[in-house]
Amino acid sequence: MNIIVCVKHVPDTEAAIKPLPDGSGVATDGLNYVLNPYDEFAVEEAIRIKESGGDSTVTVITVGPEDATKSLRTAIAMGADEGIHLKDPAFLETDAQGTAAILSEAVKTLPYDLILCGKQAVDDDCAQVGPALAERLGIPNVSVVTRMSIESGKVVAHSELEGATQVLECTLPAVLTAQKGLNEPRYPKLPMIMKAKRKEIKILDAAALGMSPEDVAPKAKRLSVSTPPPRRAGRVLEGDVAEVVKETVRLLKEEAKVL
Amino acid sequence: MAAEIWTVVEMRDGEVRIPTLEVLGACRRIGDAVGAKVALVLAGKDAEPAGREAAARGADILYLIEHEELAAYRTEPFAKAIADLAAEKKPNAILLPATSQGKDLAPRLAARLGTGLASDCIEADTDSAGVLTFTRPIYAGKVLEKISIPEARPQMATLRPKIFAPGEADPGRQPEVVKVAADLSPDVLGKTVKETIKASTGRVELTEADFIVSGGRGMKEPDQFKILEELADTLGAAVGASRAAVDAGWRDHQDQVGQTGKTVTPTLYIACGISGAIQHLAGMSSAKCIVAVNKDPEAPIFKVADYGIVGDLFEVVPALKNALKETQA
Repeated sequence: MNIIVCVKHVPDTEAAIKPLPDGSGVATDGLNYVLNPYDEFAVEEAIRIKESGGDSTVTVITVGPEDATKSLRTAIAMGADEGIHLKDPAFLETDAQGTAAILSEAVKTLPYDLILCGKQAVDDDCAQVGPALAERLGIPNVSVVTRMSIESGKVVAHSELEGATQVLECTLPAVLTAQKGLNEPRYPKLPMIMKAKRKEIKILDAAALGMSPEDVAPKAKRLSVSTPPPRRAGRVLEGDVAEVVKETVRLLKEEAKVL
Repeated sequence: MAAEIWTVVEMRDGEVRIPTLEVLGACRRIGDAVGAKVALVLAGKDAEPAGREAAARGADILYLIEHEELAAYRTEPFAKAIADLAAEKKPNAILLPATSQGKDLAPRLAARLGTGLASDCIEADTDSAGVLTFTRPIYAGKVLEKISIPEARPQMATLRPKIFAPGEADPGRQPEVVKVAADLSPDVLGKTVKETIKASTGRVELTEADFIVSGGRGMKEPDQFKILEELADTLGAAVGASRAAVDAGWRDHQDQVGQTGKTVTPTLYIACGISGAIQHLAGMSSAKCIVAVNKDPEAPIFKVADYGIVGDLFEVVPALKNALKETQA
């Protein structure tokens, strides 16, 4: 089985994020970047499928700047076989739909039975690439998957809805986006990390994919970035439990007017 | 302007869900501002009465796309049916709720239409020409981004639930009902719904809840969540959890509030034994009112709480429940 996993190199969720002084974007200098947490579930699932037997290959692919190779190597250290880096200055400004277009141009040249992505990247929070990629490849997609199993050329997947789980059966190939809870991603071990450092990563630019600047120009354009308005400082109540609780209820009713 | 602004309907159990009505409200306000017609687009089967009722809350047109293949929601036939209609009617904008279904359908639809999509927006404004500007949280809400889709058409966006005022019933407006035939073959992308398993809590779902009581590491053990459930019962609230409580195996992942869990927008969020890590705040900081109960006065949660109670939650929470019961009596 040929499994492709789409990954993204993103700032650590611990990071304090601030806009640039001119509000044109986010200040990224000095941020610690990691493999997108939701993509870790996707990589882990692919490796488990490979380990469960049969003859499978796991290829990880990313659209990103120079440093994005590091996340490909993290995935390879976890157990992925091959890495492909789609890298071009023209890709840097694209939007989520553009990222899906770029990925589809690369993926359609590869053999694939299953494509896994994280449900969203924790920087842009768009959650678009999985379904958009599936549409461009003309294959089905299942979003926000908490459980999946491959059975005779089909995948049965549990997809999270509000207050419910939908069980879907889908022909392969298909695109599935991974949700937390799908599995527990492994920590790469040192020998694998060292080996991954030496792995040759295939690099493809816009020309190699036959894409013009128009093909990758963002359709959704960022106008500005700002910090959210701060919440008003609240008040802290201490002292006798019965009194504090009574006062809180009064404030909720009369001041906050939420009861 | 003869163009149309569309709201795509989401149904559950034969009813139009509230997030759809919120999107319809936003579309109505945009439509009024630019003189565009507002259309409700319902892909489904045997849904005309529900569609008409929803359309009366702000739509000028109800497009009813009914077909056997649309009886239950699936991404692929829904995307095709709506895209086919969009190719014919050329709407100026298509908006959906940023629910699980909306977030699954919108990107596929946008890719099919070759257009741009603004995800999970908390504001949607228009200029006089009908070019929309959206505000959306990024980096789990640590910053806000303003974006627009200046050229590609239709402009597409998903709107975060519980932010936009729902459309109001307008007896003076009779939506025109247009029945649309869909060209769908049974094997259009073989995906079947085998079953839908409802969550067993019997409580309102977190992203739809007006009241949430949430517990973290300070609860000490899973059985103690019982006191939160009792408080929640008094309020008709949903029960959430921090990542610490979920990772400890005390609560299900579906209950997790935070950056790798759910983003909630309740009227009241009561955080018990939750320290207030940056990733947790990402999931609940747009609650209208936040109450925090924690024995540590330095807990970061007190920086965002409107009312912070420093104390032993095992005393405070039952006392709060009793005090609320008294006010209801």
